[in-house]
Amino acid sequence: MILWQMIRFAVGGLVANKVRSALTMLGVLIGVASVILLLAVGNGSSEAVKASITSLGTNALTVSSNAGRGSATAAKALTVADAKALATDADATSIKSVAPVVTTTGTALYGNISYQPGSIVGTYPAYFETSNLRIKDGDYFSNDDVLNSRKVAVIGATTAKQLFDTEEPVGKRITIGGTPFTVVGVLTAKGSTGFNDPDDVVIAPLPTVQNAFTGFGSVNQIMVQAASAEATTEAQSDITRILMGTHAITDATKVDFRISSQTSLLTARESTTKTFTVLLGAVAAISLLVGGIGITNIMLVTVTERTREIGIRKALGAPRGVILGQFLTESTLLSVTGAGLGVAAGLIGSHFTIVGIEPVVIPESVLGAFGIAVAIGLFFGSYPASRAASLRPIEALRHE
Amino acid sequence: MAATKPPVIRISRVTKSYGQGDSAVHALRGPSAPGTGEPLGVSLDIEEGDYVAVMGSSGSGKSTLMNILGCLDVPTSGRYLLDGTDVGHLDEGRLSLVRNRKIGFIFQSFNLVPRTTALAQVELPLAYAGVRAAERRRRALAALELVGLADRAGHKPNELSGGQQQRVAVARALVTAPAMLLADEPTGNLDSRSTAEVLAIIDRLNAAGRTVVVITHEDEVALHAKRVLRLVDGAIVDDVRRAPVDGPPPALAAEVPA
Ligand SMILES: Nc1ncnc2c1ncn2[C@@H]1O[C@H](COP(=O)(O)OP(=O)(O)OP(=O)(O)O)[C@@H](O)[C@H]1O
Ligand SMILES: [Mg+2]
Repeated sequence: MILWQMIRFAVGGLVANKVRSALTMLGVLIGVASVILLLAVGNGSSEAVKASITSLGTNALTVSSNAGRGSATAAKALTVADAKALATDADATSIKSVAPVVTTTGTALYGNISYQPGSIVGTYPAYFETSNLRIKDGDYFSNDDVLNSRKVAVIGATTAKQLFDTEEPVGKRITIGGTPFTVVGVLTAKGSTGFNDPDDVVIAPLPTVQNAFTGFGSVNQIMVQAASAEATTEAQSDITRILMGTHAITDATKVDFRISSQTSLLTARESTTKTFTVLLGAVAAISLLVGGIGITNIMLVTVTERTREIGIRKALGAPRGVILGQFLTESTLLSVTGAGLGVAAGLIGSHFTIVGIEPVVIPESVLGAFGIAVAIGLFFGSYPASRAASLRPIEALRHE
Repeated sequence: MAATKPPVIRISRVTKSYGQGDSAVHALRGPSAPGTGEPLGVSLDIEEGDYVAVMGSSGSGKSTLMNILGCLDVPTSGRYLLDGTDVGHLDEGRLSLVRNRKIGFIFQSFNLVPRTTALAQVELPLAYAGVRAAERRRRALAALELVGLADRAGHKPNELSGGQQQRVAVARALVTAPAMLLADEPTGNLDSRSTAEVLAIIDRLNAAGRTVVVITHEDEVALHAKRVLRLVDGAIVDDVRRAPVDGPPPALAAEVPA
């Protein structure tokens, strides 16, 4: 009965001050919505970086030789035999697949069009998966093509555009350094990462390239795919162990090869986005603070302005508890509705792309912003009200 | 028989002062002690069913006295017994019950709740008393009817004339049928016709047995009272009984000669 009465008084009080109620709710709404949105944008951008790391292949490890890098000791170059040792080692369960890689350059001819691709790569089919390369048209070359040294090639999107323009490349013959290659597939464009264009390549079976250009000596790199992203560290030590064996090295500090992972290249970029998220978080916190001060302000003004009203109600016999209850209910209604609408606005806003970033809402930020806004509203709504309700009626009535 | 009844209001040696030291204002002081000049405080008994008019110049302490009688303010010193209980010993909860059930208070400055309809204003004391909605509405409408404002029930204070606001305040004070009606210049803002109406209402309430204390500047209003007090500088200087406590108020007695 008396509770119901309190809610009625509270709703009455809010309706009697429509503009002020609406403005208070707007303040809470903006505070809560901006916290949710800003954090979602920060989170979205770091998710985007994570996704791009995955697209580059987190499981990929590149082994390259120290030979020819000016080291004093005679470093042994990497060979196909090293790759075979890695692939066939029974203990190395962390290694999923191995692809030796030779790289060269040359000029490709198609009809009367001549073009020099960024690089010509000779490797095994495992290379495609390890490097996260996808076929758009045609197919990858097969292990069979490698065994038979077939003169087939898969070309990158940029190379395809340069040589064939609008023509369909699959099935056509191109000549590289006098050797004819049949194009069997075109790769999906990855997009340039800045310095080099990963789409400007010609990829052919390893023996074919060795036969035509580099000879059957050493290979430039060995690409290793770890069984999983978590297994990369284990794979790294497996590789070290195996290659130390094939290179007859006993001192682990004097290895003549290097192992690098794609992930390490991107840690720098990831830390940049972390800074970004922290920055956005700070802005969001400030906006919640400002929103909170807004609620505080309006609640204080509301109660101070209504001290006279509190005096009148007390003179008519309102118990302290009922007056407190009325103001507490008012501020609860205000802050809960405002924060609720803010959550709704934040969630709706996060469906739009903001400055090129797809926001990803952090559930904790929704709960946190809502909770803080409601707590601030309750405290600063009830504290001045309880002070006013404790006054003698005549003091409250005299209040200016 | 009436004389054996304890007075409904008994204040003894009550003083009220604002501020400290030399700048203190003694709003209620009573007579000064013969030797020292110390204020002795105001003492006053009001019997049940009495109709008292309090007169005095502006600033003489009338409202101060009334606020203490209405339990809205506490005296600086002295005791106040209401129906035999010492008000000074009541806690907040009991005080609000006393204000709600026993006292109907009409303020000098109306004190209506802003942005609230006349009907809701009059319902307020009933709501705090826990009266059910339908019953509350019925009684509030009846009270508004009594002051001739039934057709203004849905109006807010800013949509009512000063006199109408005053009458809403009267309706609010008497809707709970309190044993005591305390009115601080209830007719200060009314024309002579409305004044007559409000006084007639108060006369009838008193005839029905309620104790009434009215503050007024106007002799015309004081003519309705059975007893007239005069305050000067916080002390009662004159106390005149014009009619017996247990008779009808003088105005009604004149109208309907027994
Ligand atoms: N809160 C206060 N603080 C300081 N002085 C006060 C306060 N309230 C009243 N006074 C002083 O107490 C004295 C009595 O005031 P009170 O309101 O009782 O006068 P009143 O007789 O009702 O006058 P009026 O006829 O003008 O209403 C005045 O001198 C006034 O200035
Ligand atoms: Mg006064």
